[in-house]
Amino acid sequence: MSDEEPVIRVLIAKVGLDGHDRGVKIVARCLRDAGMDVIYTGLHRTAEEVVDAAVQEDVDILGISLLSGAHMTVFPRIFAALKEQGADDIIVVGGGVIPDDDVVALRRMGVQEILLQDTPPDAIVESMRRLVRERGPR
Amino acid sequence: MRSARALTPDALADRVLRGDRGAIARMLTRAESGGETARAALDRLYRHAGKAHVVGITGVPGSGKSTLVARLAFAVRRSARTVGIVAVDPSSPFSGGSILGDRIRMSDLAGDPGVFVRSMATRGAMGGLARGTLDVVDVLDAAGYDFVIIETVGVGQDEVDVARAAHTTVVVSAPGLGDDVQAIKAGILEIADVHVVSKCDRPDANQAIAELKGMLALGLSLAPGSAQTWHPPVIATSSARGEGIDELLAAIDGHRRALEATEEIVARRAAIAERRMLKAAEAMLHDRFMRRRGATTAAVLAALGDRRLSPHAAARRLLQDLQSGDSE
Repeated sequence: MSDEEPVIRVLIAKVGLDGHDRGVKIVARCLRDAGMDVIYTGLHRTAEEVVDAAVQEDVDILGISLLSGAHMTVFPRIFAALKEQGADDIIVVGGGVIPDDDVVALRRMGVQEILLQDTPPDAIVESMRRLVRERGPR
Repeated sequence: MRSARALTPDALADRVLRGDRGAIARMLTRAESGGETARAALDRLYRHAGKAHVVGITGVPGSGKSTLVARLAFAVRRSARTVGIVAVDPSSPFSGGSILGDRIRMSDLAGDPGVFVRSMATRGAMGGLARGTLDVVDVLDAAGYDFVIIETVGVGQDEVDVARAAHTTVVVSAPGLGDDVQAIKAGILEIADVHVVSKCDRPDANQAIAELKGMLALGLSLAPGSAQTWHPPVIATSSARGEGIDELLAAIDGHRRALEATEEIVARRAAIAERRMLKAAEAMLHDRFMRRRGATTAAVLAALGDRRLSPHAAARRLLQDLQSGDSE
């Protein structure tokens, strides 16, 4: 049993009162078709639940999709929970409808990539691969 | 914690044995990838495993396995025991990727330190489990979880590997899936230690229960006086109403006691270990063939191509070649 190229594991979550999951399902499908393992946790999760799942699943990337406008509240909670669980090396990315000013603020907060609604599928896959490559093996 | 990522196998195994969740998660990733780097730690953890009761849950797609597993996990927690869950979903046969969605039904378990849920993709393995599932079970067992539940992919007729991996196998049927009882009667019904008919809040549930019981009674009358001491019970559950779940846990505990009373548990554990050994040997042989595609292999392949050798005779040549390679 030889060592294989590790499969990239991504957890994708919808947090809070946001019932729009069509986009996130398309993203999940794109990443699946690029050979990644995608864990989807469903709608209406809390930040703590999502981080708890990400730790157990030992994911490379945690992707939070938000179309509700709550991103400036949700992401700080995500980072706080990651820190509390000692899992702050998980790559955090965001996606959805996010104003330009907030994009800057979120990046400063530590969100490593923000995929807005016009991001083509190939670009999503490529940026996930790049982030894992840049992090290096673990 | 997870900051110490580049842990040596021993240090990682130590943390797993202490129940460190970050370390368990990392160990599971290594176990799943099946590489040599995982072996040393897995070998060590194996010696600490063997205390958990391993429960396999299988059934057709959409029969309600994930929801049932979540409800069962709550019942296990109410009985003051801990539970690790391995939820297997299929990989795409084309891209190798997967969408693992079993957690959607298990979100209520979040935040409970006595529960650990891990999703796994089959990576092309047939039989309802993923390669490395049993290594993952060992890790959760060694980490101290009292129960380890394996939820298989949604299976058809013939995916019975879980019965060769678990101590107690639960087969879930659901009403309203038409002929599904018919479809599974030759294969997976036979592996059940406990039957569940799920979704019993539905009006057609009684019919499904009656059909299943009828079929089991038929089996009993065909094998009268057999040495069988355990007769698989049929438990009606409704995850929506929370009904039948305590009965299911009682049936699983009952089966465990029966296994222990007859020392059948020793035989089951031995059979599981033996099968894993043979599977591992198979994988190692396969690997060595793939690495040593030397001159002999080329000659054998040529002979195979123009039918001078049958596949069976060619295989014997390859094995001879490996053995002579060993003595060099």
